[in-house]
Amino acid sequence: MTDIALPLPGKQKKARSKLLKTEARWGLLFLSPWIIGFLAFHILPMLASFGFSLFDFNPAVPDEATLIGFQNWQRALTVDKEVLLSFTRTIHFAAISLPIGLGFALLLSIILNSKSVIGKTLFRTLFYMPSVIPVVATVLIWNGVLNEHTGWINLIIENLTGIQVTGTQGLRWLADPRLVYYAYTMFGLWGVGNAMIIFLAGLQGVPTEMYEAAEIDGASWLQRLFKITFPLITPVIFYQLVLGVIGSLQYFLAPFVLNQGTGFPQGITRFYMVYFYKQSFTFFNMGYGATLAWLMFIVALILTIVLFGTAKYWVYYAAEEKS
Amino acid sequence: MSEKMKRQRKPLPRRIRNRITAMLVTSLTLVILVIFLIPMVYGLVNALKTDGQFSKTGAPWWPATEEQFEYQGKSYDVYKVPIDGDIKDLALVIKGRAQSQFIDPEKPEEGLIVWEGAWRQLDRSWEFDPQWNNFAKAWKTINFPRLLGNTVKYAGITTFGAVLSASLVAYGFARFRIPHKKVLFILMLSTVILPGAVTLIPTYFVFLKLGWVGTWLPLIIPAFFSWGTNVFLIRQFIMSIPRDLDEAAMMDGASPIRIFFSIIIPQSIPALTAVSLFHFFWAWNDFFGPLIYLAGNPEKYPITVGLTAFNRLYSQSANLIQASALITAVIPLIVFFLAQRVFMQGVVITGVEK
Repeated sequence: MTDIALPLPGKQKKARSKLLKTEARWGLLFLSPWIIGFLAFHILPMLASFGFSLFDFNPAVPDEATLIGFQNWQRALTVDKEVLLSFTRTIHFAAISLPIGLGFALLLSIILNSKSVIGKTLFRTLFYMPSVIPVVATVLIWNGVLNEHTGWINLIIENLTGIQVTGTQGLRWLADPRLVYYAYTMFGLWGVGNAMIIFLAGLQGVPTEMYEAAEIDGASWLQRLFKITFPLITPVIFYQLVLGVIGSLQYFLAPFVLNQGTGFPQGITRFYMVYFYKQSFTFFNMGYGATLAWLMFIVALILTIVLFGTAKYWVYYAAEEKS
Repeated sequence: MSEKMKRQRKPLPRRIRNRITAMLVTSLTLVILVIFLIPMVYGLVNALKTDGQFSKTGAPWWPATEEQFEYQGKSYDVYKVPIDGDIKDLALVIKGRAQSQFIDPEKPEEGLIVWEGAWRQLDRSWEFDPQWNNFAKAWKTINFPRLLGNTVKYAGITTFGAVLSASLVAYGFARFRIPHKKVLFILMLSTVILPGAVTLIPTYFVFLKLGWVGTWLPLIIPAFFSWGTNVFLIRQFIMSIPRDLDEAAMMDGASPIRIFFSIIIPQSIPALTAVSLFHFFWAWNDFFGPLIYLAGNPEKYPITVGLTAFNRLYSQSANLIQASALITAVIPLIVFFLAQRVFMQGVVITGVEK
C-alpha cells in the first residue's frame, strides 16, 4: 500500500509521525459512519441482547421486568420442546432447499457459461429477472401456481402423465407435510439470480488453458467438469454455502405470508425464526425472545466454524497470494 | 451396412458436431427457462379471470366467462351440445328433462333445435373474456398509490443514506493508513454472517423508548451507518482508481473531504450505481423491519407488508391477489431491464449479495 504523498521529502521522524497521525485521524473520520453503526447496531445490541435474556421482560410493562438469571435459557434448552422442534424443522428444510437451490444455480451457470449456448446474455437476464421481484409477490404467485385444484403445476402434471393429481386427493403442495418443503424450495428457485451470477463469475475465473490442455489429453466433458471446473470453483461454492446456511436459519417470509406463522400444515412450517417472531413480537416475551436469538447466534457461529473447519478438505485455494 | 455403423467409422466434421451441440444445449436451456417462467404467465392469466371462474368445474385455464346469447330480448346460457356427430355451441332456450330446445347463435333465424338428452349433463361454453379492470380493482382496493409512495420514499431515502455512508467508509478503507485497518475490515465483513435477530430486541426496545416505533425512523436511520457488503464493493472499486488525481489535489492543498466529493465520487459512479441498485431492490423487498416497526400503522406500510395484509383479507379473490402481486413486481422489473447491464456487472464485481 502506497503512502499518501508527503509534502516534506525530508526524513524528520517527528514530521512523519505527525503526518501519519493526521492521516489516521482523517481515515477514522471517514470510517466513523461504520464504527458508530457497528457499535450502535451490532456490538452493543448483541451484548444487550444477552443481558435481556436474563430477564423476564415485556416492553408493554417495562417496570415489571425481573431478573431471573438463566431461567430463560433453561426453558429454551430443556422445557420448551418447540425450540428444538422448530430448529429441527429449519435444518430439515435447509437440507432440502440448499442443495437444490445451489445445485440449480450451479447448473444454470455451467450451461450459461458454455460456448454452446446461443443468446447467453438474454438467457442470463431472463433467469435473473424473477430475483428482483419482491419475495412477497413471488410467494403469492407461486401459491397460485401450486394450488391443488387450479394451479398449473398440477394441471400440467396431470396432462402429461394422465395420473390424476388435482384435487384434495392429489398433490397438495402447500397442505401436505411431505410436500410443503419442496414447494417452498420451488419459490426459492425464483431467487436463483444472485447465486447464478456469482457462480458465473467463478467459472469465468477458471483459466481456459486448463480446459484446452485437458481436451488435448482427451478428457471428456464430464471429466473436465469434475476434475477442473468443480475443484476450481469450490471457494465460490463454499462462500454460497456459508451464506445459505446463515440465511436458512432466518427463513421466515414464505410461511409468514402464507399462514401467518401458524405452521400449517401440522406445524411443520413453524421454523425457528417464525417461533422467535411469535415469542418476541406476538407475545412480547422479549426476554425469552432474546434468549432464542442468542441461541440462533450460537448455532450460526458453530455452523460457520464447522464449515470453515471442513473447508481444508474440499475447498481449493490456488495459492495464498492474496491477503 | 447400417447407417449407424457408417457414422461410427466416419465422425461428423467438427463444425457440424459443434452446431448440433449448440442447438441441443440451447433448446434444453430454453425448456428450463420456459418452465422457470411459467408462474409469471400463470400470474398474468389468472389476474385476468373473473372471481367465479376459479371455483367452476369445467372452466378453461385461460380467462373466460360462460357464454351467453341474446335471443328475442332474453339472455340464454350457451352449452356445448353433441349434435349430428359434432359438438356445437348452442344456447339453451327451453329446458326439459329428457329433451330441450336450443338455438344456434350463428343462425338464430333457423329457429329452435330440439335435442334429446339431459341438458344438465352438458358442459357450458366459455368465451375468452379477460378482465383487465381487475388491475384497476386491485390498484384501488389495496390502495397502491399509498403503498407504492411509501416504498419509493423508503427505498429512495435509504438508498441515498446507504450509498453515501458506504462510499465515505470505503474511501477511508481504500486510501488512509489507519492502525489495525485489516482487523477493522475483517470485522466489518464478518457482520454479514451475523443473524439479524440477535441484535433485534434491544434495538427495538431503544427505538420504542425513543418513541420511534410506528414511524419510519428505525428503518431509515440505520441505513446511514453503512453496511459491510456495500463498503466492500465500493472499496474494491476505489482501490482500482489511480491515485494521481487525489495526490495532485492534495499537493494543491485540497482537504480529504474535498477530494472525496470532487475526485473520488465522480470516478466511482459505476460502483455507486451498482450499490444503489442493490440497495434499491433490497429496500423494495424488505419485509421484516417494516413488519415489526410499523405494526398497526397501515397508512405507513410499504408495499410488501401491505400486500401480505391484502392477501390475508382477500384470500378468496385469487384474481385480485395475482393482479396485485404483478403490480408489485412491475416497477422492480422495469428498473431491472433499464439498468440490466450495470446491475449484472455489479453483481460480478462484488461477488457478494445481501
